[in-house]
Amino acid sequence: MSIQVRHVSKRFGSFQALADVSLDVDSGALTALLGPSGSGKSTLLRIIAGLEHPDTGEVLLDGAEATGTPPQQRGVGFVFQHYAAFKHMTVRDNIAFGLKIRRRPRAEIRARVDELLELVQLQGFGHRYPAQLSGGQRQRMALARALAPEPKVLLLDEPFGALDARVRAELRVWLRRLHEETHTTTVFVTHDQEEAMEVADRVVVMNKGRIEQVDAPRTLYDSPANEFVMSFVGQASRFGDGWVRPHDLEIVDIPDETTREAQVERVLHLGFEVRCELVWEDGEPFSVQLTRDQAEQLEVEAGQIVHVRPTRTRAFA
Amino acid sequence: MGRYVVRFTALGYLLVILLAPLSMLFWRIWEEGLDQAWAAITDPDTIHAFKITLILCAIAVPLNTVFGIVCGLAIVRRRFPGKGLVNAFVDLPLALSPVVVGFSLYLLYGRTGWFGPWFTGHGVQVLFALPAMVLATIFVSVPFVAREVVPTLREIGDEQEQAAYTLGASSWQAFWRVTLPSIRWAVIYGVVVTTARCLGEYGAVAIVSGSISGKTETLTLRVQDYYENLDQAGAYGVALLLCVLAVAVLVVMTKLKPKEGTA
Repeated sequence: MSIQVRHVSKRFGSFQALADVSLDVDSGALTALLGPSGSGKSTLLRIIAGLEHPDTGEVLLDGAEATGTPPQQRGVGFVFQHYAAFKHMTVRDNIAFGLKIRRRPRAEIRARVDELLELVQLQGFGHRYPAQLSGGQRQRMALARALAPEPKVLLLDEPFGALDARVRAELRVWLRRLHEETHTTTVFVTHDQEEAMEVADRVVVMNKGRIEQVDAPRTLYDSPANEFVMSFVGQASRFGDGWVRPHDLEIVDIPDETTREAQVERVLHLGFEVRCELVWEDGEPFSVQLTRDQAEQLEVEAGQIVHVRPTRTRAFA
Repeated sequence: MGRYVVRFTALGYLLVILLAPLSMLFWRIWEEGLDQAWAAITDPDTIHAFKITLILCAIAVPLNTVFGIVCGLAIVRRRFPGKGLVNAFVDLPLALSPVVVGFSLYLLYGRTGWFGPWFTGHGVQVLFALPAMVLATIFVSVPFVAREVVPTLREIGDEQEQAAYTLGASSWQAFWRVTLPSIRWAVIYGVVVTTARCLGEYGAVAIVSGSISGKTETLTLRVQDYYENLDQAGAYGVALLLCVLAVAVLVVMTKLKPKEGTA
């Protein structure tokens, strides 16, 4: 199902959550809404789900006006950050909820729940209660519950935000695979740029209730539309009037007119790469990414004064 | 050391304030002889009073349970003008002396009250009859279910309900399948407290009922009746009956308490 958002604005009291936002999501796409907290990304997702009503503007689902349609009739599956598990129901009953509401035959419900338990790898957990599951299992259960009535759109609000790093990484891969299998139109909200880049085909960068840029992850990184996107997506630091990424800087032995002096503050060995944290003469911090060989060859250590040359900078009007 | 002081103070306080009077009651029953107390309990007027008390509970408790849940949902989930006022008014019966409640009802349904003449004109006896006693009992036991339900509703939040909506449930279905089961322990606990309050109500009912033996007497009024007629053994007997009911309510309450955490 395709989604179109047209000139949507939403206020909560004096806080402008969304300011004239328009967005098109193609049918079958896997889209991330990325932004810092308070950027309006969750509000936009909730408006698409019908859980929130826009002050102005409209939402179209498959081209049909749906702004006033209640969430029950939108055919969306929604996954909440804190799972919103039905605590008094077993895992099976949680997953079966949407099917029971639709009065599907008993045998069909049982078969569908079995299928979903397998899909989310919770076979054997059907008779447990949510309180007896780990965070990752609870969120997989919530996903199965949302998928059970076969929604035309899957909406996820910071789905992995409450989980620890390893489980989060697993579930990202899993979500990506799920999408490849089902091709359900999927929109998920995240404040983690790495997560957005890794999972989504298209990333919508939001800030202060507005959309800053909509592009594929690579385009977003290579051609950011403005300073906000440059600094929010991937690492970047100021260089003169422009911006530069840590891998577009090199440390050299001999100074010339293209280099500037900086002092090494810390050298971090992060497995396959070495990150060198430095400060310019004016005290502005930045970092340079080195390979292990480069670091060894340069013999950089904290306190040292080095010469830094940018290989590529980006300026915004 | 400080720990023992706290324990001793708490226990001593309970002993003197709560247990001593009740022990005295049991002691006296024992002294006067159980047969006298039993005679009072099996007196037809006492049995009638027992029935009246049960009828009042049977009407007031379900009504206030439904009202308490609706009111709790309105206070926690909805925004409407005058919400603060509703929230404060629910607690009014806790602050107001039951005597004042009884007196207000007496005035309202009396010969010169706003509602009194209308009912009298339609041949309905409100004062000194069951209707006024029901109204008084409902009035004093309004807050308890709402007070139990409100914090639980706040704690569980509305995400589960929203999840139910996105899964296709109507608000009615979401209420029955998700909200009510989540707050069930709070509701049950509120029902128990409401029942206890209805059983024990004296002041408001005393004023509007007229305390007519065998007609408009509740158990608490019956105790007063015996006491005023200097029939101490009778008073002990009925008081004992009320104590037994209270203990039954307490037992139900403590059975439910540990489960609060899982609600």
